Amino acid sequence: MDRLLDVQELRTSFESSSGMVRAVDGVSWDIQEGETVALVGESGCGKSVSALSVMRLIAEPAGRIEGGRILFKGRDLLALGGPEMNAIRGREIAMVFQEPMTSLNPVLTIGRQLTEGLEIHLKMSPAQALARAVELLGLVGIADPERRLAQYPHHFSGGMRQRMMIAMALACNPSLILADEPTTALDVTIQAQILELMRGLSKRLGVAMLIITHNLGVVARYADRVNVMYAGRIIERASAAALYANPRHPYTLGLLRSVPRLDEPRRARLDPIDGQPPDLSRLPPGCAFAPRCAYRVARCEQEAPALTPAGPDGHVSACWESVRLIRKEAA
Amino acid sequence: MSEALAGRSGGGEALLEVRGLAKHFPARGGLFQKAAGSVRAVDGVDFSIRRGETLGLVGESGCGKTTTGRCVLQLEQPTAGRIVFEGTDITGLSQQDLRQVRRRMQVIFQDPYSSLNPRMTVGEILAEPIKVHRIISDPAKRAARVRQLLEEVGLLPQHAQRYPHQLSGGQRQRVGIARALAMEPSLIICDEPVSALDVSIQAQIINLLEDLQSRLGLTYLFIAHDLSVVRHISDRVAVMYLGKIVELADRQALYEDPLHPYTRALLSAVPIPDPKLEATRERTVLRGEVPSSLNPPPGCVFHPRCPMAESRCSAEIPQLRELKPGHWAACHLA
Repeated sequence: MDRLLDVQELRTSFESSSGMVRAVDGVSWDIQEGETVALVGESGCGKSVSALSVMRLIAEPAGRIEGGRILFKGRDLLALGGPEMNAIRGREIAMVFQEPMTSLNPVLTIGRQLTEGLEIHLKMSPAQALARAVELLGLVGIADPERRLAQYPHHFSGGMRQRMMIAMALACNPSLILADEPTTALDVTIQAQILELMRGLSKRLGVAMLIITHNLGVVARYADRVNVMYAGRIIERASAAALYANPRHPYTLGLLRSVPRLDEPRRARLDPIDGQPPDLSRLPPGCAFAPRCAYRVARCEQEAPALTPAGPDGHVSACWESVRLIRKEAA
Repeated sequence: MSEALAGRSGGGEALLEVRGLAKHFPARGGLFQKAAGSVRAVDGVDFSIRRGETLGLVGESGCGKTTTGRCVLQLEQPTAGRIVFEGTDITGLSQQDLRQVRRRMQVIFQDPYSSLNPRMTVGEILAEPIKVHRIISDPAKRAARVRQLLEEVGLLPQHAQRYPHQLSGGQRQRVGIARALAMEPSLIICDEPVSALDVSIQAQIINLLEDLQSRLGLTYLFIAHDLSVVRHISDRVAVMYLGKIVELADRQALYEDPLHPYTRALLSAVPIPDPKLEATRERTVLRGEVPSSLNPPPGCVFHPRCPMAESRCSAEIPQLRELKPGHWAACHLA
């Protein structure tokens, strides 16, 4: 498989009342063609900003991409001019957001919102675009597409709007879809429908996907590889199978332990991660997770660990104590 | 049926009994906002909670779980039904009598940020209800009580001087819990108390709620959509769908032996953080979406999405029946 997207040392910062905040702090990750990769972490960890940086949708001047490279099919997106980026955004790389109601235009019909991209990017005639729009709604499982095209977003339920967002993302046959919390706003039975739909389409059409989520459970079934983020950095990366079976970072381990699970006997008490999520404007000098970490040693408070190999098949972890972590958990 | 529902599931005195609760909201439509039928948010709900127990109320958005909680709190006037709390039917009480009841029945909301006054310090937020309800009139003793409440929920004395925006989400929810405790309630309605919090913080708050329950003998109505969290915290669980309870049982029975097809589908849709298990897991993906409660389907409200539905399901409304001791389900086929 070829490397489709290769993000190298990306740094994105925002101006805030307490000074510059580095939301994404030297992060590298990649996606192969046709692969599904997850970016997992809690609010403020930099997962959404990573995706918005790839789309070059960071609002200036408050926000700024300060460094790094984003290679898409070998071209650095950060070096592209506005018109060149417009030709990629929505056509080669599409995005699905969490809340479809705020990303759909309430005064345009479903049909118009689907055909607009086709006419602009693919230079289709209105009739061709309409035919393609009917096909797309069918693809995402919306019944009676001809009638639906004349309706407005408020006529659609939450699940249907998200199907519509997926149809829009697929419209121009992109090679990559960035999905930012695509099912978080949906009920659990609808969430299952949408995730199954996305997986099916990704396999059938060979589209690569980045799924951004705070829920480790959601991606277990759908991701090939998982990146875990904390305070603007990736702290662990592995194949989904290895990450869940052998977490090598105390934060990943803590996340997995802190949630009650339906497949396990009920525990008398949950094991929370102590302390509070980090304040990005006042990060400690060493490892950002150190203040909450049960495995902390003196070195953690002075030096931030880099990602280093922690297992086979590219399993990496940014922890000084990852070796001890494994031994301690095995004991 | 009501007596059996209250009595069957093990001994203990019922702190709260809800009988035949219904809440219909008028729906208006068109240019002149004419009445256009009614939304049956809650449509005939029975349950009881024993002292010291946690009853989980689960369901998807729009199933009526929050409205049920608001009716119990008398923040909504029920269309029909009785709510007996500590032996008194509170549905017809005067405002003055209701104020006394409200002391004993508190609520924790999903979003502590929007339920805390941004212009008051944490200390003021906690002292206000103690003062207004004349629980402690001496200011020095009141301040001592505020310190005690902060400690009880795992906050520090200096947090009393902070404003809500200076706290993290988890700390704000602790303030929300402390404010509920300030009234010395016997029942706390927890309405999605952890769903707005980061995953790493949710477990802290759940453990806190459990500790407080055993220390103070509290009773919880725990309303949530997260089935894993509800299993962890609840003694018994009620599953709601379109304004009705479709299944009610002890925690273990409900999760290990669900009798209603909707409960089974809900459980199978919960993602589990284990790719190996997920790969082999059977998943019932329900077709369609929850219908509108403005125009609920005839017969069993779940039949349009039910993988087992037969002709009688669209004709006859199934009653909530006790199919095994303490295990109730509303399904013709269960």
